[in-house]
Amino acid sequence: MNFVPKMNRRSFVIGTAAAGGGLAIGFDLPFGSGTAQASGLTGTEVGIWVALKPDDTIVVRVARSEMGQGTITGLCQLVVEELEGDWSKVTYEYPTPGEHVKRKRAWQSYSTGGSRGIRESHQYVREGGAAARLMLLQAAANEWKVPVDQLKAENSVITGPGGKRTTYGKVAEAASKLPVPAKPALKDPKNWKIVGKPVKRLDTADKVTGKQVYGFDLKLPGMLTATIKESPVFGGKVKSFDAAKVAGMKGVKKVLKVGDTAVAVVADTYWQAKTALDALPVVWDEGPNAKVSSASIADTLKAGLDAPQAFVGAQAGDAKAAIAGAAKKIEAVYSYPYQNHVCMEPMNATARYTADKCEVWVPTQDGEASFAAVIAASGLPAEKCEVYKINLGGGFGRRGAFQDYVHQAVRIAKEMPGTPVKLLWSREEDMAQGRFHPTMQCKLVGSFDKDNNLTGLHMRLSGQSILAAVRPAIVEAQKGRDPLVFQGVADASVLGEHSLGYTFPNVLIDHAMRNPHVPPGFWRGVNINQNCIFMECFIDELAHAAGQDALAFRRKLMEKHPRNLAVLNAVAEKIGWGKPAPQGRFYGLSQMKAFNAYVAAAAEISVTGGNKLKVHRIVAATDPTYAVNPAQIDRQVSGSFVYGLSAMAWQECSVKDGRIAELNFDTYNSMRIAQMPKVESIVMPSGGSGPWGGIGEPTICVAAPAVMNAFFRATGRRIRTFPLKNHGIELV
Amino acid sequence: MVRLNINGRDHNVDVDGNTPLLWAIRDNVGLTGTKYGCGIAQCGACTVHVDGVAMRSCSLPVSAAVGKKIVTIEGLAVNGVLHKVQKAWIDHEVPQCGYCQAGMIMAVVELLKDKPKPTDADIDNTITNICRCGTFQEVRAAIHAAAKA
Repeated sequence: MNFVPKMNRRSFVIGTAAAGGGLAIGFDLPFGSGTAQASGLTGTEVGIWVALKPDDTIVVRVARSEMGQGTITGLCQLVVEELEGDWSKVTYEYPTPGEHVKRKRAWQSYSTGGSRGIRESHQYVREGGAAARLMLLQAAANEWKVPVDQLKAENSVITGPGGKRTTYGKVAEAASKLPVPAKPALKDPKNWKIVGKPVKRLDTADKVTGKQVYGFDLKLPGMLTATIKESPVFGGKVKSFDAAKVAGMKGVKKVLKVGDTAVAVVADTYWQAKTALDALPVVWDEGPNAKVSSASIADTLKAGLDAPQAFVGAQAGDAKAAIAGAAKKIEAVYSYPYQNHVCMEPMNATARYTADKCEVWVPTQDGEASFAAVIAASGLPAEKCEVYKINLGGGFGRRGAFQDYVHQAVRIAKEMPGTPVKLLWSREEDMAQGRFHPTMQCKLVGSFDKDNNLTGLHMRLSGQSILAAVRPAIVEAQKGRDPLVFQGVADASVLGEHSLGYTFPNVLIDHAMRNPHVPPGFWRGVNINQNCIFMECFIDELAHAAGQDALAFRRKLMEKHPRNLAVLNAVAEKIGWGKPAPQGRFYGLSQMKAFNAYVAAAAEISVTGGNKLKVHRIVAATDPTYAVNPAQIDRQVSGSFVYGLSAMAWQECSVKDGRIAELNFDTYNSMRIAQMPKVESIVMPSGGSGPWGGIGEPTICVAAPAVMNAFFRATGRRIRTFPLKNHGIELV
Repeated sequence: MVRLNINGRDHNVDVDGNTPLLWAIRDNVGLTGTKYGCGIAQCGACTVHVDGVAMRSCSLPVSAAVGKKIVTIEGLAVNGVLHKVQKAWIDHEVPQCGYCQAGMIMAVVELLKDKPKPTDADIDNTITNICRCGTFQEVRAAIHAAAKA
């Protein structure tokens, strides 16, 4: 679909446009003619998505990566539903990227970002399950010499006329030799038995006993451990380092430069490597960015708020004329800081290099991107490379498009051929070398006529483009515009899966691109985090200025957006909007469409002493078209609020002397259980034949504006810059 | 060389005395269920029990653990029977990515030892582990369930 091997710019752009309003995140990956390794896959293949074992164990192949979001379980539900398999006998495995490339990308996309895991693969994985069912039935029919339409499959058992009975495991071998039916018919969703049910996750047990192996935990025979320090100033280089000073330290095996920008120590253990690296004298050439600060970046962005040149993301009527002729104007400037993903498991990768083979074990959101990185860093052809995916200790967007740690691990391993080297980043390195949620400022101007009717809205974004840094081909193809900055506020023609949920009489939403030197990345939700705050807080400001109820004001703008309205109404009703709140409690609302899901939140808060903010409850509604596992959706929703509210309250990567100042949780706080609100999740799939919506990200954006709108009602104070700690406001 | 008693077994570990207990457990003894998250006793992913007290092993030198009984997540189940906290964790499907959960579970086991029927306030005051997936709603429910088990 969105993948073009050896793509040129033009073919890439066509692939992007074909993605139905989504954005393909591609990369260059040559096809190999075959990998040298055994596939490592188990069972008898019936098609490519299902394998069976003689004991009827069902092995579902999962191409996307599990990082806690439950995608393995959801994808298995989809496959096994169509397979008519016995859910109690389901297990799963990851086909390696090498095997995948060898089979000409048989398992389609490995990319696990953009909340795509289920929404963009449900069709073909269900077809994979259905095809396997048809093959198994045909194999039994052939064995029994009866027409296949007289057979029935249920719960991994095939029955036929005259009491005939067999199981999937018994006919798998014969089925595996049959042709794979193309485009098999799928079940009507109303007949689903496994999909849509809150079945238990398949991957819980090992996570409570310490058995689950993360990348950090990997052990290989003869393995050494490395740790690394890259120039803390982005764009800087290693000028010199004095390896002799640490070479004799206990356990140290090698001290080396990695590329132009980093130094690493390889030792028997992590603590030895870290101790030596800390003691290693390094002189940096800090390059041209050594004087950049948060203040200088803010000034750059501020200049964009009124700059004449900007890229348009949404437009209707003539907003500037409406504002010029307004009876009343409301204006506000918001800003959003850099954020780091801070996965609990810091970045890591393990590599073993010889001239004949380069293997990498890595927790990755995109096995294909890791594979491409191994090829590039090793200099070996695809058939001599392999990647073994490991479940992630958090991903959140850091471990997909960016494979810097894979490049580093391979470069280090290349210096020690035959020895497996596990590269572990310290938390400080992880914080210093992020791919940061970009910083953005936003100026909003709303206009009213003399009767207090809203006549126009101009939303000017000024700030950093992720795609300009990461996928410049997309930006060039759009003549300099980054469509992704308009997530949640875009015209449908610009970014359909993130389209604006209001119809304004006149509107202009545009972006002045200002790209500081800090490397940006995709951070859970990406640009909806700031856009939802900007739009949803300002809508509340407009409603307040017009003297209207925040819900009624929104509803008038949402007549043409019934699914947005439905989720908003659902949360408003459940929180008790329009009824008196309990003593000292205040409500706030927000809504957005993102990743093709419609989401809304209603928050209930209190504020004591003017600055102690307690979020008691958040009601959240999600319409993802179809809900595969409602229990896991509930967990993604409440978990997303921890991520989003942590950012709102405490998190900011500030820039001092060209580098990130916050290097650990002591200065970059994250929510604890004490601050956790009660989350009431409403899952309201509306069905139909439209695109499915994502789950992992959309709701992250609605928590903060709902809370901040409630905060305004509680205090009369409108906070427009984040995090709250900078205002002396404490989340308690 | 130091001698550590971990999960009822003695281990001779060839590390400097100021090496954090976490890394001796992980790299020298080879028990990797205990996790590194921050190295500065902020996140709690490295929580183990030292003489029955939940400690953040990333900031505890091995020299301070010599002669004491150390229990890690691997030592929580007895004869293959999961601890009631682990069972509650499975029943409530607490883990998402799971990386922080060993530390979270070890902290909760100690909480329930001190306060067998903890209130929400007890939980808030005692369980200060960081979870970036945000499993706190399930953590709270599972703690109350374990307390009743």
